[in-house]
Amino acid sequence: MKKDIIIAGVGGQGILSIAGTIGYAAVEANLFLKQAEVHGMSQRGGDVQSHFRLSDKPIASDLIPKGKADVIISVEPMEALRYLPMLSPTGWLITNTNPFINIPNYPDIEIVLEAVRNFPNHKALDADSIAKELKSARSANIVVLGAAAPFLDIEQELLENALRTLFGRKGDKVVEANIAALRAGRKFSEEN
Amino acid sequence: MKKLLLLGDEAIAKGALDAGLSGIYAYPGTPSTEITEYVQNSKQAKEDNVRSEWSVNEKTAMETALGMSYAGKRAMVCMKHVGMNVAADGFINSAVTGANGGLIVTAADDHSMHSSQNEQDSRFYGKFAFIPTFEPSDHQEAYDMTRYGFDMSEKYKIPVLMRITTRLAHSRAAVELSGPKAQNEKKLPGNMHQFILLPSIARTQYVDLLDKQAGLEEESETSGFNKYFEGEDKSKGIIVCGLAYNYLMENYPDRKVPYPLLKISQYPLPRKMIEKITEECDEILVMEEGMPMVEEMLKGFLGKGPNIRGRLDGTLPRVGELNPNSVAVALGMEDTIGQDVPDFVAGRPPQLCVGCPHIDSYNALNAALAGLAPGRVFADIGCYTLGSFEPYDAINSCVDMGASITMAIGAADAGMFPAVAVIGDSTFTHSGITGLLDAVNTQSPITVLILDNGITAMTGCQLSGATGKIEDICLGLGVEEAHVRLLNPLGKHHEKNMEIMKEELAYKGVSVVIPRRACVVDTRKLVSYKDSVKR
Repeated sequence: MKKDIIIAGVGGQGILSIAGTIGYAAVEANLFLKQAEVHGMSQRGGDVQSHFRLSDKPIASDLIPKGKADVIISVEPMEALRYLPMLSPTGWLITNTNPFINIPNYPDIEIVLEAVRNFPNHKALDADSIAKELKSARSANIVVLGAAAPFLDIEQELLENALRTLFGRKGDKVVEANIAALRAGRKFSEEN
Repeated sequence: MKKLLLLGDEAIAKGALDAGLSGIYAYPGTPSTEITEYVQNSKQAKEDNVRSEWSVNEKTAMETALGMSYAGKRAMVCMKHVGMNVAADGFINSAVTGANGGLIVTAADDHSMHSSQNEQDSRFYGKFAFIPTFEPSDHQEAYDMTRYGFDMSEKYKIPVLMRITTRLAHSRAAVELSGPKAQNEKKLPGNMHQFILLPSIARTQYVDLLDKQAGLEEESETSGFNKYFEGEDKSKGIIVCGLAYNYLMENYPDRKVPYPLLKISQYPLPRKMIEKITEECDEILVMEEGMPMVEEMLKGFLGKGPNIRGRLDGTLPRVGELNPNSVAVALGMEDTIGQDVPDFVAGRPPQLCVGCPHIDSYNALNAALAGLAPGRVFADIGCYTLGSFEPYDAINSCVDMGASITMAIGAADAGMFPAVAVIGDSTFTHSGITGLLDAVNTQSPITVLILDNGITAMTGCQLSGATGKIEDICLGLGVEEAHVRLLNPLGKHHEKNMEIMKEELAYKGVSVVIPRRACVVDTRKLVSYKDSVKR
């Protein structure tokens, strides 16, 4: 088993929470993992990504080779496209459809979404609206993770346990909101 | 054995704690910050009373750690690569004094400049200073080497350099722990003259340092961190340093490399192993995460040694970090790549946060400077360097910590008036105070903006050594009280702030303007304009 995952978005959108969730779940599943993160300057509203590697064998490189990623999980649609060179031709592109516009030259969102839809294996969902319906607007990142969950080869239960570990300190309400977000994202992928 | 999921930075911190660390000394800097933060947040460190507060800069950190080593306890210093330039005086001389308690200097290099102004390779500092250097390839090695490094530092009475790079520092993986060791007791150096670098003593110490090198080289041959792997195809031999080993192995999924392979993670270079691989192979491919240091050493200036390939002959890229693809190409393997990035995908550079006080400071400064010829704002290292981007386009330089004030003095000396320095609170206490004293002593007509948000923001809101002290420092240095001006950087005060800046820009002496408002990202809100005014 090998899953190479690019997690993408804009600094502050909760990339590291997605990575942390997969990380705890992978540890519980006894998998090897390496996860390269971006800290520092780029976290201030710039494009950020994490290389997340899972395997049942020891992993060599911290970085995923280009063209070999199995999944891109993106909290922002244009950021999903930025990492297309990383994605394998058989890989899956999972992205939120809500643009994060903090630059003056952000392209027409319809052109961005059309490029996403043109990619053979994709799931594009309005994670912000789903999170808002759940009254948990800040969980949009976990909704996107849920949509990617069917492609990660990790049991749903382990991901939910991981959310309990990651958000446990913030109280039961936050934990339950994130588990609901994860389930809603998964439901979207299974039905669309 | 217990396993933990750790960043490379954290593996070093945990390795140090388990090796009986008594104090860690550092100034925040990407990608090194999380080493010290791990110790600061560690229950184990708290219980064992490990000292871990931030230092004012890398030089004070280096020297304080040396003092702890003098007193017999184990100390670590951490910094980003450019911090090594600040700490260099203490670092180079610490090789001559030698260590007493174990002393490890950790330098985190940032090749490809993800969050830095250059990509210097700290291994050169190790070589220059005759200080043994470790370059872990993974998290487990980072943990193990830290423990081993403290032992070696005490065995040879010499500081040790731990050199890591971004992809290890900020990557997470599992680490197997080997259990904690107690801290050293206080104990003076055996030789009470060892730390007195008077020329007469330093000459002896320097010879001792050179004499230690043979033993250090023997350690490099036998420690197990440098490894020789036999290979049948001797048309090529491969030398990989640090992380490059992982990128090589990524290209051999069964982990069987057909060529003789030398994995380097400890310096000075293991001479016997190098001789063996160069003698038995037709050509040598050197892969280093960083500058071509080993490659240059083997090649020599005239290039008359063995047939060496690597970054210098274009087999690998000359600049930037390595990756699995660049290594595949160097091995003559097929490159892989997915779809192209669509043309319409726009760059998204980092930027000042919504509501950031620096935005209001730059808006006021730009307005105050309107009508004057451009090119007179010398800025510094921090979030406010992002004032370089549109829509602010507010600064003209960013070189090294503190260079804003001193460059402004130099430009003023060349006839520029007004000349403006923009520096953050933490950068000011790191390396700006001495420059401001120069300005006062020479009555330089510069205006210094000290942007005080109460923290070291760019690296993740660490405490700043400047908090609550800036006005007193400026007055103490001799800046006139009438020209130390506090202001509240908010949009509603724009006109007033612009007027204050205009007044000080017009003043033909040293003036300091302090826009003070807490960083919007920091929840502690450690400074406030109102509180300062009340006082």
